[in-house]
Amino acid sequence: MLDAKIPEGNLNSKWTDYKGHCKLVNPANKRRLEVIIVGTGLAGASAAASLGELGYKVKAFCFQDSPRRAHSIAAQGGINAAKNYQNDGDSIFRLFYDTIKGGDYRSREGNVHRLAEVSANIIDQCVAQGVPFAREYGGLLSNRSFGGVQVQRTFYAAGQTGQQLLIGAYQALERQVALGNVAMYSRHEMLDVVLIDGKTRGIICRNLITGELERHFGHAVLLCTGGYGNVFYLSTNAMGCNVTAAWKAHKKGAYFGNPCFTQIHPTCIPVSGEYQSKLTLMSESLRNDGRIWVPKKQNDARKPNDIPEDERDYYLERRYPAFGNLVPRDVASRAAKERCDAGYGVGSSKQAVYLDYADAIQRYGKIEAGKQGIHNPSSEQIKQLGDEVVKEKYGNLFDMYEKITGENPYEVPMRIYPAVHYTMGGLWVDYELQTTVPGLYCLGEANFSDHGANRLGASALMQGLADGYFVIPYTIGNYLADEIRTKEIPTTHPEFEETEKTVAARIEKLMSIKGNETVESLHKRLGKIMWDKCGMARNAAGLKEAIEEIRALKKEFWSNVKIPGSIDEFNPELDKAGRVADFIELGELMCIDALERNESCGGHFREEYQTEDGEAKRDDENYMYVSAWEYKADEQWDLHKEELKYDVVHPTQRSYK
Amino acid sequence: MEHYNMNLTLKVWRQRNSKEKGRFETYKVENISSEMSFLEMFDVLNEKLITEDKEPIAFDHDCREGICGACSMYINGKPHGPWKANTVCQLHMRAFNDGDTIVVEPWRAKAFPVIKDLVVDRSAFDRIIQAGGFISVNTGNAVDANAIPVDKESADKSFAAAACIGCGACVAACKNSSAMLFVSAKVAHLSLLPQGSPERKTRVVAMINQMDKEGFGACTNTNACEAACPKEILVTNIGRLNHEYMTATFTADK
Repeated sequence: MLDAKIPEGNLNSKWTDYKGHCKLVNPANKRRLEVIIVGTGLAGASAAASLGELGYKVKAFCFQDSPRRAHSIAAQGGINAAKNYQNDGDSIFRLFYDTIKGGDYRSREGNVHRLAEVSANIIDQCVAQGVPFAREYGGLLSNRSFGGVQVQRTFYAAGQTGQQLLIGAYQALERQVALGNVAMYSRHEMLDVVLIDGKTRGIICRNLITGELERHFGHAVLLCTGGYGNVFYLSTNAMGCNVTAAWKAHKKGAYFGNPCFTQIHPTCIPVSGEYQSKLTLMSESLRNDGRIWVPKKQNDARKPNDIPEDERDYYLERRYPAFGNLVPRDVASRAAKERCDAGYGVGSSKQAVYLDYADAIQRYGKIEAGKQGIHNPSSEQIKQLGDEVVKEKYGNLFDMYEKITGENPYEVPMRIYPAVHYTMGGLWVDYELQTTVPGLYCLGEANFSDHGANRLGASALMQGLADGYFVIPYTIGNYLADEIRTKEIPTTHPEFEETEKTVAARIEKLMSIKGNETVESLHKRLGKIMWDKCGMARNAAGLKEAIEEIRALKKEFWSNVKIPGSIDEFNPELDKAGRVADFIELGELMCIDALERNESCGGHFREEYQTEDGEAKRDDENYMYVSAWEYKADEQWDLHKEELKYDVVHPTQRSYK
Repeated sequence: MEHYNMNLTLKVWRQRNSKEKGRFETYKVENISSEMSFLEMFDVLNEKLITEDKEPIAFDHDCREGICGACSMYINGKPHGPWKANTVCQLHMRAFNDGDTIVVEPWRAKAFPVIKDLVVDRSAFDRIIQAGGFISVNTGNAVDANAIPVDKESADKSFAAAACIGCGACVAACKNSSAMLFVSAKVAHLSLLPQGSPERKTRVVAMINQMDKEGFGACTNTNACEAACPKEILVTNIGRLNHEYMTATFTADK
């Protein structure tokens, strides 16, 4: 059994006790300790800024041209915090409980409680940095609801919350760059971790402009490199999102936790054709006011506005009256798939359902007319006033929809379908966010820790910033306090040399194949295997097939991939090839993990394990553990288990009815 | 929405690296769906080039949903192409017709040197932020988020300015390659908030100085930046910037 090093004692005091007793590093020593941070999204930028402020010597790396472009920027809806500003019964315990339940009882109580505790500090910190959250007329902060929750605890900045939070963290990071505490390396990709005597001592990275390999020393390395949703090819991730840094760490000894736990987001714009390169999310916040439906008749070819009210099936409201359209993401996604598979899907592909704003526009229009003292408003007036309110709340999302589809969502219901969005799995970390390799930490979406088998909306931003601003500044000191006698190790050390050689050899191997299949086409094929057999629904037979197909694809990749250009130049196809090669290996592990977990929980839905009405059926007796996979050799992994203990919450069948 | 396919001629700027001279190359693409995004059309072209053993066209892109600010193509003489309030990645092919010729160039500005083909170096923007585009508050210092009310109008205006994605279209659109819209958006975002007030004067001066050092041109009020901005950042922010700068430099105490 793996030990997560969760502090003893009462759940409410674990984190306080930890902070009171962890080792500290004095300011003079901090100046001599170097920390490498890979990735500059919410977790990476907030960690780099906070550690720089503390006085550590920080080096931060990102593959984008600027740290401000990390994909946290695309998060739309909001960030949760247990502030209870709405006086609606929220508390740290409620946020903790909702997150544990939302994660279908596959996350750690200790971690999640800490997350809920620091959530309020995050909002304070962001406001102090100048993050322009939405406000009410009295000048105080506004909140809205998100899925799987019955209180209003989500803070937001229109549909651009991730952008505003990231810019806040980015500015804090740039301030530390200006002060000389952080050195920033943009357009750099980490390609391996350097271990010396069993401890992490640096990284090998590639300058993406010149193609040169570089060695960097650090007393500790933090991977803040995001999720691996792009293993499915089509996802809501940015084109550059990849698993490479985490995967290299995995192959150097870091266990991979719950790789099969992926989140399929219910409200994305459906695929339109073969050329599709990515999918666009329509924020979960739209489910606050929008209603989801399909026609009651199969293969109904009528236009949505021609289908009368009593011939529409608002299936979420029908199946889950207590939470209605605001059920958690895994539940909403499966319900959409169920309707489409049964022949009720809409649009040309029949792989879509409607997200309708007509009712909300009417409701808001009438309220607005009342506010303005318009008696007996005409239906045009109501529509116009309602449109204005909806535009203020969701305007940028509606514009985005119209740009992509060419349809006006104020007039016609939006068509949506589930798409890969987030990965709850990631590198296994203990309570201190340290992986199984000493000195190697993992923060944010890249780790597996807080969301169990399903993440609730508006919790990713919360976790990324919690890890970076409020957790790692304490936990890293506990490790570095014992490193104050370690002098900077010159990068001419044989381990640096050896690791760089391995990295260079792999790149040369990739370039020497000169086959016939483009990287893109191989990636697409991997994505199709993963989506068909390890996607929203999985079964043992399909997973076994997928493992064989992925192994065959790997052979084909390494014998037939075609990469243009050369090594020593700006060569995005080469960058992509390295990432796809890693995705292929990860895909295999995801299928192995999904096959091993003979239960359904959260986003992991094994068709063999469901209740009579099609809900996920957990097996707490046999699977109440975190699967942590240790890489042994090519296509070989050992499974380690971390038992999950629930001292406070009593796991039950999750119900949103 | 009516879907259709089209054949197009593309004239694309090709440049091996920052040292070599560039040139236009002409490419034909066929059977492009009106439902594709502009960058997906480039994906199709690049796949074709790779298969023909030719060098694909390098371009910056990442989120493909109009928020990261990476994409940066100058299409038919307009930054981000013909649609208003739009980034290249959100531009869809229904903006074009069968038989069209489309000219694609990188951002052109001294402060944004070309790295390869359509990829430019925009790190000057990061250095301008380093000069003062922040509020100096260390982690852990904050008071309760509702301790200081911010009137909704200021908060909304601040948010509208903060929506800048740092793509550089304003610079590319400007005949002087001025970065005033970018700088003004950041100055407005922070100076409109009470939290940003203590550093108001030092911030604006430091950012303007850095902007000049990077080689961006002066503003001559043609408003081309506002027209090209994918996030509709208003030129009134430049008025605010000038006012902030005057106040900071003409008053005795800092």
